[in-house]
Amino acid sequence: MTRKRRRLIVLLACGLGLGSAAALTLSAFSDTLELFVPPSRIATDAPHGGRAFRLGGLVEAGSVERVSVAGQPAARFRVTDGGATVSVEYVGILPDLFREGQGVVTLGSLRPDGVFKAQEVLAKHDENYMPKDVADALKKSGNWHPETGAAPPAAALWNDPQTKITKAGS
Amino acid sequence: MSASQAFPVPSRNLHRFANPGRFLRLSGRLLPWLATIGIALSAVGLGWGLTLSPADWQQGDAVRIMYVHVPAAWLASFGYANLAAASIAALVWRHPLADLAAAEISPVGAGFTAICLATGSLWGKPMWGAWWVWDARMTSVLVLFFLYLGHIALVRAFDDPQRGARAGAILALVGVVNLPIIKFSVEWWNTLHQGASITLTGAPTMAPAMLWPLLLVAIGAMFGFAALVVARTRAAVMERRIRGLLLARAQEGEAA
Repeated sequence: MTRKRRRLIVLLACGLGLGSAAALTLSAFSDTLELFVPPSRIATDAPHGGRAFRLGGLVEAGSVERVSVAGQPAARFRVTDGGATVSVEYVGILPDLFREGQGVVTLGSLRPDGVFKAQEVLAKHDENYMPKDVADALKKSGNWHPETGAAPPAAALWNDPQTKITKAGS
Repeated sequence: MSASQAFPVPSRNLHRFANPGRFLRLSGRLLPWLATIGIALSAVGLGWGLTLSPADWQQGDAVRIMYVHVPAAWLASFGYANLAAASIAALVWRHPLADLAAAEISPVGAGFTAICLATGSLWGKPMWGAWWVWDARMTSVLVLFFLYLGHIALVRAFDDPQRGARAGAILALVGVVNLPIIKFSVEWWNTLHQGASITLTGAPTMAPAMLWPLLLVAIGAMFGFAALVVARTRAAVMERRIRGLLLARAQEGEAA
């Protein structure tokens, strides 16, 4: 065995050891690496006793109620992940991307009555990048009804050069 | 001690390029091409992306930050993969240019990572509502930035450059663990950062009018990255030559 070969084998062995150590560590700490807790996992994963955590999910369609608390803008809405739903109260300015059907991550704590009191609301952006004219064309052609709080159609529908949807509207 | 004695010249595969004279000749011919293609593609892509491409339906013009952010992010990881490859070549085959190249890759990679973090933060404030969140993607990219900084500091921290290069190579290889974490962080854990729009397996979830300028900038930035590293490695080779010549002259002076 040449020295080069030995060095290569030692390096591979170290890499294998380090890689498995990292994989085990990450899987052991997997829960704490999650940024937020979805509504359906609150009972099992969220801290109890009014301690702060991040709640994440989609803003339920038709649930947003904008109010004013002591002259400050405030909002009440529900966050859902399909399985469970949590009511959220927030006093402050919502981010630009906040709307019904949008993903949000909000920091706060659960009150005894089960309402989530948010101190911070962040909007999540998904992996879809759609030009304005495509969005307009989708609405015009009846393929998307944003007023119902529906998320835009999947990219496969409007991003395929074969589909005529974008052209039908423009 | 002359420069050609400082580098032994075995004539097999990888070591063909180990001869510093040959490296300087080849890279001297390559460099103008790398730089020209890099600048031209980046300029066209950025001009297209920043002015002509459509605004996003919900992000508006803020989507244009992506044309800088995404190529910088790709190159931050790609650059680290190159740093790791150079480190393997240095540790296993003792390739004499690999150490020099590794020391020159890390500052360039750190620069691209800094651009990625800064532009991401500028986009995050108006879109998400926060400059920074400790989610898995952002934290792992910050770790990548610190790995680059650590490598920059470590290879220069020893009086003997050989020992510095060796310690740096080991650090670089340990840090490779971070690359799959960056890539898959948005799939393994829930994060604020969005998932990948462009994947090897599926159709992109980005309109073609946005995708093309992005790919142009990305390819241009890759050429630019290569040009920067090649230019810096050339400078390092020449620096080492000059140091060798000066040392030889000083020793001659002592002997006389």
